[in-house]
Amino acid sequence: MNEFIAFSIIGIVIGATYAVAASGLVVTYATSGVFNIAHGAIGMVMAFVYWQFRVAWNWPAPLALAIVILVIAPLFGAFVERVLIRRVREAPVAVTLVITGALMVFLIGMVNEVWKPKARILPEFFGNAGFHAGSVFVNWAQVITVAAAIAIALGLRLFLYRTRTGVSMRAVVDNQELAGLNGARPARISTYSWALGSMLASIAGILIAPSLQLSVLPLTLLIVDAYAAAMVGRLRNLPLTFVGALGIGLLQSYAQGYMPTSGIWASTPLQGMRLAIPAILLFIILLALPQDKIRGARQMVRRRVAGPASARKTFAGGVILVAAVWVSTGMLSIANVIHLGTGLALALVMLSLVPLTGWGGQVSLCQMTFAGLGAFAMSRLGHGGSPWGLLAAAVLAGVVGGLIALPALRLRGLYLALATLAFAAAMDDMFFPSSTAFGYNGSVNIPRPTFFGIHISTDRSYVIFLAVVFALLSAALLAMRRGPFGRVLSAMKDSEAACATLGLNLTTTKLIVFTLSAAIAGVAGALYGAMVTVAGSTDFLMLQSLPILILVVVLGVATASGALFGGVLFGLLGGEVLLGAGVAGVLLGSNPDGVMPWLYSKIREYRDAIMGRFPGSGVGSGATATGATANGTGAGIGAETGVGVGAGVGVGTAMEMGVGVVDG
Amino acid sequence: MPVSDVTQPSDSRAPAVIELCNVHAGYGRIEALHGIDLVVPAGSVMALLGPNGAGKSTTLKVASGQLVPTSGCFHVLGRHVNGVSSDTLARAGVCTIPEGRGIFPNLTVTENLRMMTFAGASRRDVEERAFSRFPQLAGRRRQVAGTLSGGEQQMLAMARSLSVDPAALLLDEISMGLAPLIVDELYELVAQVSSEGVAILLTEQFAQAALKVADQVALMAQGRIVATGTPDTLPEDLAASYLGGSAAELQSTSDARGAA
Repeated sequence: MNEFIAFSIIGIVIGATYAVAASGLVVTYATSGVFNIAHGAIGMVMAFVYWQFRVAWNWPAPLALAIVILVIAPLFGAFVERVLIRRVREAPVAVTLVITGALMVFLIGMVNEVWKPKARILPEFFGNAGFHAGSVFVNWAQVITVAAAIAIALGLRLFLYRTRTGVSMRAVVDNQELAGLNGARPARISTYSWALGSMLASIAGILIAPSLQLSVLPLTLLIVDAYAAAMVGRLRNLPLTFVGALGIGLLQSYAQGYMPTSGIWASTPLQGMRLAIPAILLFIILLALPQDKIRGARQMVRRRVAGPASARKTFAGGVILVAAVWVSTGMLSIANVIHLGTGLALALVMLSLVPLTGWGGQVSLCQMTFAGLGAFAMSRLGHGGSPWGLLAAAVLAGVVGGLIALPALRLRGLYLALATLAFAAAMDDMFFPSSTAFGYNGSVNIPRPTFFGIHISTDRSYVIFLAVVFALLSAALLAMRRGPFGRVLSAMKDSEAACATLGLNLTTTKLIVFTLSAAIAGVAGALYGAMVTVAGSTDFLMLQSLPILILVVVLGVATASGALFGGVLFGLLGGEVLLGAGVAGVLLGSNPDGVMPWLYSKIREYRDAIMGRFPGSGVGSGATATGATANGTGAGIGAETGVGVGAGVGVGTAMEMGVGVVDG
Repeated sequence: MPVSDVTQPSDSRAPAVIELCNVHAGYGRIEALHGIDLVVPAGSVMALLGPNGAGKSTTLKVASGQLVPTSGCFHVLGRHVNGVSSDTLARAGVCTIPEGRGIFPNLTVTENLRMMTFAGASRRDVEERAFSRFPQLAGRRRQVAGTLSGGEQQMLAMARSLSVDPAALLLDEISMGLAPLIVDELYELVAQVSSEGVAILLTEQFAQAALKVADQVALMAQGRIVATGTPDTLPEDLAASYLGGSAAELQSTSDARGAA
C-alpha cells in the first residue's frame, strides 16, 4: 500500500509538470493558431538560463526565478511571436510546423554552443528536505511542483475569464477581425499569449530539469508528453488538459513501478514502451478524435502557379545532375565525396516528401523513421548487396507507412503531423534500440547493392549511382505528377472539400501517396545506410526527421530540385548551420513555395529580359520552368559547376540568416 | 467619443464624420472599388444599395479600417486616416457591426459586453445600456452567445452601438437571416442612434427596410457609386440600377414582358 501511495505521489508530480507544460501549449495554440513544436525547447533553454543564474553565478533562488520566469521567458516568447509567428499565422500547417521546428532545432544548437556539454547539476528546491506523510516521504520540491500546477490552473482560469485581456484572448480565437472592430488589439494579444506560453514553458522546464540532469534532449522531448496531455483537451480545453496530464503521469509512474522486468518483459520493445507511454497515448487519442469536418479552403488569389516540369526538362536535369556528380567526384577530396554522397542519400529522403507534402499537402514528421526501417530491411535481407534488400526496404517501409496512414487518414493537417510524430517517438524507444533492429546503442553493417553481378564498391561509383537513382526516381515522380494521379494530388492540396464534391476518393489517394512516400523513404534509408556502410540505433530518430522537413520546405518542397539541393546542402554543410538559415529562408523569401521556385522565377525573368521573349525560344517561355529536377540552374551554368551552385545557394541562405537575425 | 464636439453653430451644415474621396481598393490584384466619393455627416443615415458584388461591403471595410485604400483619401472627423488599423479606429469612435453576427459565439453575453469596453465606456455603463434597451438579454447574461437566437445575437451585436457612444456607426447587412419584426425593431434602433448625432453608413439587401430610415441613398454597381439622392427621389434610379446590375433580373423582366 505504501508503495502504491509512493508511486501515486510520483505520478501526480510528473503529471503536474506535464500539466504546466501542456497548459502553455494550449494557451499559445488556442490564441494564435500556431502549434509550437519548440515549446519544450523553450522550457529547456529557460532551465539552462536559470542554471546559469542560480548555480553558475550563485544568485538566490527567488531572484533567479523571478528574472527567468517573469522577465526573460515572457520577453523571449514575445520576441518569437513578433519576429517569426506573426508572419506565418495564415500559412499552411507545413510552414508553421517548419518555422517552430526550425526554432526548436536552432535552440538545441544554441544551447549546445553556449553551454558546452558537461555534467550540470541543478539542485532541487530545498535540497532533499521534506516531510513524512504517514510512512511515505515527500520532499518539498514535489510539493512545490504540485502547488505550482494548481496555482497555474487557478491563475489561468482567473486570467482568461476575469480579466479583459484574458477575455480578449478567447475572443480572438472566436473571431480575430471582430475583436479588432471592438477595439481590442489582436496583434498585441497574440504577443501576450506567446509571452504567457513561454512563461509556462519556463516554469515546466525549471520544475523538471533537476530530475532530468539538465540534459538537452530529454527536456526538449518533454513536448511529446505535453502534447499527449494537451490532446486530451483537444488543444482547447484547459481542465481536460490537466486531467490528461495527471492521467499520463500516473500511468507512467505505475508502469515504472509495476511492470515486470523479467522474461519477455525485459525485451526492448516492452521496456521502451514505458518511456513511450505518452507517445502511444498521443497516437491513441488522435485516433479517437471525431472525424474532422471537411472545410473549404480559403479562396486564394495566387501568384503564377507553376506546373510540373516537362519530360524534356526532367531528362535534361537528370543528365546534368549525373554528369555534374561524375565530374565533381573526380575532383573532390574523398571526405567531400562522402559528404556529397550522404547529401544525395538525404536528398532521396527529402524527395519522398515531394509527392506527400509538396504535391499532396500532407505533413509527415517521421520520414527518417521510415528510412530507418529501410536500412533495417537492407541489413537483414540485402546480404552481399542483393537488390532484394532494396525491394524489401521499399515494401517494409511502404507497408508500415500505409498502416500508419490508415488510421491517421481521418486526421488532417496538424493532427496528422502529430500522429506521425508520435509514431516516430514510439519507434525511437521501442524498435530501433531493440536487438531485432540495431541494438541498444548498437549498429549493423549495411551492404552496398549489387546489380547484375556489378558490385558498386568504391565511394565514387556509389555516389554516382546515387545520383542516377535520384534522377530516375524524380523523373518517375514527375511523370506521375503530370498524369491523372498527380492532378488528383494537386487538387487535394488545393481543396479537399472541392475534391469531395467532385466525387474523388481522397482516402485512397492519401493512402497511396503515404505508402509511396514511405517506400521511397525506405529505399533512401537503405541507400543512406549503405553510403556510410553502417547504421545505428540513433541514426533515425524523430528529431532527425525535423531538419529533413525543414530544409526541403525551405528550398521548395514541390520541386525535385528543392529536395536535391536540400540534401546536398545538408550533406556538405551539416545540420546546425542550415537550420537557422531555414528560419531566415522562409522569413526573408516570404514565399512559402521555397527558394528553388523563387530562383527559377528570377532566372526566367532574367532570361526573358535577355531573349526579348520571342516565341519558340527553345527553352520554352514562362509558365512551366518551376518544379524541374536540377534543370534551369544547371542549364544556364554548365555541368561542372552543378555542385558549386548548391554550395552557392547555401552560402546565400546562410548570409540571409545573419541578415534575418539582425533585421528581426 | 466626443460626439458633442461635432454639433457646431446651428446654421452650418453638420460636419462630415466619414469621408471617402476617390477611393480605390481591392483584394490582392483585383480592384473592387474604382473611385468612391462619399460623405456621411453627423446625425444622418446613408444607405448603400446595389446588387451583389457592387462593392458595398468593400466600401464598409475601407470605412472601418479593415481594408487600406490603394489610392484616394479616407477621412474620419476631418483627420486623414488611410492605413490606420481597425482597432485604432474602433477606439476613436468608429463602431462597426460586420456582416453575419457581430458577436463572439463562445463567450458569454457578459463577456461579449466586456469586449465592448475597449472604446472607453465602463463595464457597468455598457451592461446598463445594453440590458435596459434589450431586457431579454439581461436574463441570459451567463449564457454562451452562440446559443442565443439569431435575433438576440443581433441585439447583442447592436448593443455595442448604444454603449460605446460612437461618432460613426457602420452596419453591414444587419437584417440578414432575421424575421421581419426583428428587422423593424433593429431599424428603429438605427433611427434612434442617428437622432443622437451619430453618422451611420449601412448596406442592405432589403432596400425597403433601409429606405425607411435613410437620409441619403447611394447606389453602387460594379465598384462605383452610380447615383445618390434621398429615398424619395430615388426609386426610378434604383430600379434601373438593379436591372443594369444583374443579367438574371433583366432576363426575368423581359420574360415577364414577353408573357404579357
